[in-house]
Amino acid sequence: MNVTHSLLYLDGVSVSFDGFRAINNLSLDLARGEMRAIIGPNGAGKTTMMDIITGKTRPDSGDVLYDGGIDLTKMDEAAIAELGIGRKFQKPTVFESQSVEDNILLALKGPRGAFPSLFGWRNRVPKRDLDGVLDVIGLSAHRHRPAADLSHGQKQWLEIGMLLAQDPKLLLVDEPVAGMTDAETETTAQLLKAIAQDHAVIVVEHDMAFVRALDCKVTCLHEGTVLAEGSIDAVSSNERVIEVYLGR
Amino acid sequence: MRTPITLRLLSDQRIAWFLAIMAVVILAVPVLNLLVPQNSIFHVPTYIVSLLGKYLAYAMLAVALDLVWGYCGILSLGHGAFFALGGYAMGMYLMRQIGARGVYAHPILPDFMVFLNWKELPVTWWGFSNFGYAMLMVMLVPGLLAFVFGWFAFRSRVTGVYLSIITQAMTYALMLAFFRNDMGFGGNNGLTDFKDILGFNIQAQGTRVALFVLTALFLVAAVLVSKFVTSSAYGKVLIAIRDAESRTRFLGYRVERFKLLVFTLSAAMAGIAGALYVPQVGIINPSEFAPGFSIEAVIWVAVGGRGTLVGAALGAVLVNFMKTWLTGAAPEFWLYGLGALFIIVTLFLPKGIVGTISQWRAARAERRATNAVPAE
Repeated sequence: MNVTHSLLYLDGVSVSFDGFRAINNLSLDLARGEMRAIIGPNGAGKTTMMDIITGKTRPDSGDVLYDGGIDLTKMDEAAIAELGIGRKFQKPTVFESQSVEDNILLALKGPRGAFPSLFGWRNRVPKRDLDGVLDVIGLSAHRHRPAADLSHGQKQWLEIGMLLAQDPKLLLVDEPVAGMTDAETETTAQLLKAIAQDHAVIVVEHDMAFVRALDCKVTCLHEGTVLAEGSIDAVSSNERVIEVYLGR
Repeated sequence: MRTPITLRLLSDQRIAWFLAIMAVVILAVPVLNLLVPQNSIFHVPTYIVSLLGKYLAYAMLAVALDLVWGYCGILSLGHGAFFALGGYAMGMYLMRQIGARGVYAHPILPDFMVFLNWKELPVTWWGFSNFGYAMLMVMLVPGLLAFVFGWFAFRSRVTGVYLSIITQAMTYALMLAFFRNDMGFGGNNGLTDFKDILGFNIQAQGTRVALFVLTALFLVAAVLVSKFVTSSAYGKVLIAIRDAESRTRFLGYRVERFKLLVFTLSAAMAGIAGALYVPQVGIINPSEFAPGFSIEAVIWVAVGGRGTLVGAALGAVLVNFMKTWLTGAAPEFWLYGLGALFIIVTLFLPKGIVGTISQWRAARAERRATNAVPAE
C-alpha cells in the first residue's frame, strides 16, 4: 500500500487493557480529504481507535502513520494537535459565558501566546475569518449571544465550528448527533459534508439515518477489528454486520 | 473589531459612569477643601480628604483583586501581602526622608535601628532615599513575589481552594516575618512618624489634597488598564480559563503563562495601591499582612460585583465607609456586620451591586425588545 497517498494509515494495530483486546489487528486507510463514517456496536473499539490516533492511548503493536509517514505512536496529545488533528468529544464543551463569536475567536488558528493576545494578532482577526466559520456552522445570526443560551444542537455545531477554526487537516468527530432532533441531525449531516470538502473527517456515529445522509465510505468495527468496509448499502446488507450490529 | 481602544472603553457604560463620577470627585474634593471657607457647611476637612484617599487606595486593591478573581477565577486570599509590600517600600522611602529629625537624631539610621543598636543601614534599605528607586520597588517587589509564587503554583496546576489556602499561608508567613525586629522593617511597630514626601510636608493640607488627587488618578488608571486587559483577546482567554480551564488548554493555550502574567500585573497594581495608602494613613505595620485584611478585600469585591472592575472599586468604598461609621458608632458590631454583609451578598446578590444592576438592565432591554416585536 502506498503510504504517501493516505493522510492516515493504521496497520496491524492492537491494544489490550488488562488482557481485554480493545483493538485487535486493526487496519484503516484514510485518503487525503476523505470522509469516513465508523459504525459498530458498543465496545467495538471506536473511541479507543480515536484515543490511539490522538495520542491518548499508546498501541501495543502496529503502525499509526500520518501525512506521509509521521509516526503518531511516538507523540503526545499536544504535539499531535499541532500536526493538525482536531478532535471533538461526545459531550459538547463550549465557553458558556462568552459570545458565540468569541468562542470561535479563541479557537482560531494563530499564535497562542499571552502577548499576541494582549496586544497583537488575536485582537486584529479579520472579520471574514470569523464570518467564514460562523456561516459554515449556521450560527451567524447568533454570533453575539452567550454560548450558554444555545440549544444542545447549536452547542454541538459551535464546537464543530471551534474545531474548524483551528483549521486541522483531519477532524475526528465523536457522536455529533447524540441527543439531537431529526431536523438538527439533518443539518449536522449537511454541515459535516460541507466541512469534508476541504478537510478529512472521521465520524463515529450510531445513528444509521445520519450515516446514510453523510453518503461516504463506511467502516464497521466489531471486537476491535474491521468487520466490513464499503458503501453504506454494501455494509448494511453484509450478513455479519446485520448479525452483530444492525439486528434483523 | 477594529474600533479604536479609546472608543471601545468609552462605549462601556460602566466605565463612562465611573469616569464621570471620578472627574467630579477629583474636582470637587480639592475645591471643597481648599477654597470653601472652614466655617461653611460645604467645607470638607483635611482629615476627611485623607480618609477618602484611603478608601480610594483600597478601591485600587479591590480592582487588582477583581482582575485575578473576577476574570481568571484565581481567588487570592493573600492580596493584602502585595498591598503591604508596596506600602513598606513607600514607608522605607518616607523613613529615609526623616533624616536627622528623628528622636535619636541619627543622620542616616531610622529611629528603630538606633534603638536596636544597629550601626549601619541594612542592604535591603539601600537606595530607598531615592524616590525613583523606591517607586520602582513599589511595583517590583510585589510583582516579583507574585511571579515566583505563581510560577510554582500555576505550573503545578494548583487551583481552586488549594490555591486560596496557599495564598493565605503566604501572607501569614510574611506577617510573622515582618513582626520580627531583626527583619529590619520596624517589627510590630512598623514604619511611622513620616515627615515629608519629595520635600513637601506630609501633614500639610496641600500635600494631603495632592495625595488624594494622585490616588484618584491612579485608581482611574488601574481601572482603565484592567479594562484594556480584560477586553482584549487576552481577557477572553482569561475568562475561558475561569470557566473551563482544561478546555482552554486543549485549544492549545499555555494556561499557566496567562495566569502568571495577570497575577503579576495584579500584584504590582496592589503594590501601587499600598504605596498611595501609606503616606495618607501615616503608618505601615505588619497588621496589613493579616489574613483577615485580605479576606476583607475579597468581601469588597463580592459586594460590588466581581468581574465588573468598577463594582470592585464601589464595593471597597462602600464597605469601608460602613466600617468607619460602624466602628465609630458601635465598634463591637463591626465584625458581625461584615459577616452578615458577606452572607447577605452571597445569598441575595451573588453578582454584587453592579452585577445585579447590569442584570436588571439587560432583562429590561430584553423585555422591551420582545414587547416591541408584536407592535410592529
